[in-house]
Amino acid sequence: MSTEKTMHIVQRGLGKRYRQEKIFKLMGLSAILFSLAFLVFLFSSIFLNGYKAFYQTAVSIDIFFDPAVLEVKDPASANYNGLIKESLRNAFPEVKKRKQKKNLYGLVSTSASFHLRDMVLADPGLVGQTKTIWLLADDDVDMLMKSYIDRDLPQADRRMNDLEISWVDKLIAEGRVTSRFNIGFFTNGDSREPESAGIMGAAMGSMYMLAITLALAFPIGIGAAIYLEEFAVKNRLTDIIEVNINNLAAVPSIVFGLLGLAVFLNFFELPRSAPLVGGLVLFLMTLPTIIITGRVALQSVPPSIREAALGIGASKMQAVFHHVLPLAMPGMLTGTIIGMARALGESAPLLMIGMVAFIVDIPTGITDPATALPVQIYLWADSPERAFVERTSAAIMVLLTFLILMNGTAVYLRSKFERRW
Amino acid sequence: MLQTLSSTTPPVIESGNQTKTRARVSRDDRNTAGHPFVDKPRMSCRDVNVYYGDKKAINSVSIDIAENEVLAMIGPSGCGKSTFLRCLNRMNDTIAICRVDGTIKLDDQDIYDKKIDVVPLRAQVGMVFQKPNPFPKSIYENVAYGPRIHGLADAKTELDAIVERSLIKAGLWDEVKDRLDQPGTGLSGGQQQRLCIARAIAVGPEVILMDEPCSALDPIATATIEELISELKLQYTIVIVTHNMQQAARVSQRTAYFHLGDLLEVGQTDKLFTRPSHQLTEDYITGRFG
Repeated sequence: MSTEKTMHIVQRGLGKRYRQEKIFKLMGLSAILFSLAFLVFLFSSIFLNGYKAFYQTAVSIDIFFDPAVLEVKDPASANYNGLIKESLRNAFPEVKKRKQKKNLYGLVSTSASFHLRDMVLADPGLVGQTKTIWLLADDDVDMLMKSYIDRDLPQADRRMNDLEISWVDKLIAEGRVTSRFNIGFFTNGDSREPESAGIMGAAMGSMYMLAITLALAFPIGIGAAIYLEEFAVKNRLTDIIEVNINNLAAVPSIVFGLLGLAVFLNFFELPRSAPLVGGLVLFLMTLPTIIITGRVALQSVPPSIREAALGIGASKMQAVFHHVLPLAMPGMLTGTIIGMARALGESAPLLMIGMVAFIVDIPTGITDPATALPVQIYLWADSPERAFVERTSAAIMVLLTFLILMNGTAVYLRSKFERRW
Repeated sequence: MLQTLSSTTPPVIESGNQTKTRARVSRDDRNTAGHPFVDKPRMSCRDVNVYYGDKKAINSVSIDIAENEVLAMIGPSGCGKSTFLRCLNRMNDTIAICRVDGTIKLDDQDIYDKKIDVVPLRAQVGMVFQKPNPFPKSIYENVAYGPRIHGLADAKTELDAIVERSLIKAGLWDEVKDRLDQPGTGLSGGQQQRLCIARAIAVGPEVILMDEPCSALDPIATATIEELISELKLQYTIVIVTHNMQQAARVSQRTAYFHLGDLLEVGQTDKLFTRPSHQLTEDYITGRFG
C-alpha cells in the first residue's frame, strides 16, 4: 500500500471520527443540562411553595387585662382565652349570634392565650391596664393574607365565609393586620395549629441523633477500616467480613429500623421515640458506608509511604498512624460527612422506633421523646391544613440547607487537608 | 584476594583485556560459580528460599556480604534480586503470601529468628527504594522522623545535629540548609532520593540496602548518587540492586548475578565483568539477553 493511498483512507474516515466525537460531546452536555433543569425545577418549586412560611400574619387587638379574671390564686391557670374573646367581642360589637361569635374567636390563634399568659407572668403590673397587643392570627387568616384563599369562589367552597372575610377586611382597614418574620417557625416545637408549629423540636431531635451517630460511627468505622485494611490477615474469614460489610451498606434502611425495634426497644427496653435509639439505628446504618470509604481512602495512600516508614524501622502502628492515616484522613472525613448527611435525611428507620409521634415539647436530652427533620416533613405533608403545605416546603428548605452545609464542609475539608505526594 | 575487597579503587573494565576466556560453567548449571563467601562477613545468607504462595521466587541462595563493601546485584527483570534484597531487612514480611526459609545472619544473629524484632533490625539495616519516597512533610521532619521514633535524640539540639550530619553525609546539606521547613516532596527527583538516603542514615544503620536507587533519575542525578555511594561505603556496608551494568561496575567491589531465582555467579566486579565464569553471566553482560 502506497503512502498516498493510506493518507486517502485516513482522510475519508476523519469526518466520521469527528462527527462521533461531536455527537458524544453534545450528548454529555444535554445530559448535564437535563439534570440541571430538574434540579432548578425542584428547588424553585420548593422555594415558591415555602418562602411565604417565613412570614406570618399577626392582628392587633386591644386587650383589657381584667383584674376580675386575672386575680385568682394561680395566675398561670387564669382564663386568658376569655380575655381575648372579650376583646374581640368589643372590637366587633355587631356580632351577636352564637355561631358567628365562635367564628369571630377563630380569627386569632388558640396559642395567643399562652402569649398573654407569658406576658402577665413576666409583668404582673399589666393587670388592670388596656394594651394593644399583636397576636398570632389563625392560619385561615394567614392563608387569606397570602392569597391562598380565593375570594371569588362561592362561599361554600372556601375555608372562610363572607362575614369572616369582611371582619378581616375591617381589621386591615384599621391597620390592625401585619405580616412579620416568623420567628416561631424556628423556635417552636410541633403543633396541631399550623400558625404556631415550628421545627425546633425536630431539629433538636435530629441534632441529638446525629451527635450519637457521629460519636459512635466515626471512631468505630475508622478503627474497623484501619484494622481490616492494614492489620488483618487476608483469609477466608476477612473475605466473608468484607462481603458482609458491602452487603450491609446495601440493606434498605427500614430493615435497620426493624432491627432497632427488635433489639434496642424490645430487648434492651430503651425508651421509645428517643434520639438515643434513633442515633443507634442510624449508627448501624452509617457504619458500613464509613468503613468502605475509609478503606478506599487507605488504599489510595501509595504503598511507598508505608515502605518508607517501615524501612527506617517504624512499627506497623507508627507507620499507619504517623504517615498513612494523615494522608487518608481527608477521604475518611468526606466519607463520614456524606454518611452523616445520609443519616440526617433518613426517615424510614425512625418510623419503626416510634420517632414518628406528634411531639410538642422540644427535647432536652437524648432520652426525651423526639422526632427528626425528615419525619417532621413527612408528618406535615400528611396534614390537611393548607398552611402545612408551605411549612412542609419551608422545613424541606431547612433540611436542604443543613445537607448543603454538610456537603460543603466535606468539600472544604478535603481540599484543606489534601496533601500531594 | 578477599582482603582487597574493602579497597576503594573503582574496578575498571579494560576493553583491551577482553580476550574471550571460555566459560567454564555451562548454561544448564544452577549452582553458584565464583566466590560467594568471605572471611569475616557482615551478613551471611545460607540456602535462602523465598516463596510467593506456591511460586518459588528465590532458589537456595547462599552469599556473604563483607564489611564496608558495595555488593551489586544484577540480573534480568524478574530474576529475584529485589526480592532477595528485601529479605535482608525483612521487608518481605509486609507481603502476606511471602514465605522465607534458610538462614540470614547479621553479625551472627539470625534475623529470621522468632525472638528477633524487626523494628531494631530495620534500624540496623536501612533501605532506599527505587522511586524516591519522601514523606509529604518538611525536609527536616523527613530526616528527623527515624531518630525521633527510635528515641535517638533527647533534646532538640541533638536532633538538629543528627539531621544536619545526615544531610551532610547525603550531600544535600548545602542545597537545603535554608529551607529545611519546606516539603520534601518539592525537591527534584535526585534531591528527593538523597533525602531518602539521609533519612536512612539518620537512624545510624550498619547496612544500607538500595533497590535500583537511580532508575528514576537522570544521568546527572545518577552520577551524584553514585559518588555518594562511593563515600558512604567507607562507613556502611551497601547492597545495591541495579539494572545498569555500568553502574554496577562503577560503584561496587563485588557483583552477584541472579538468573530466574538462582544466584549463578558472585565475584569481584572487575573479574565478573571481564572474565565471567558462568555462560549465562557472559550472555547477560555482553547483551545477548536481558
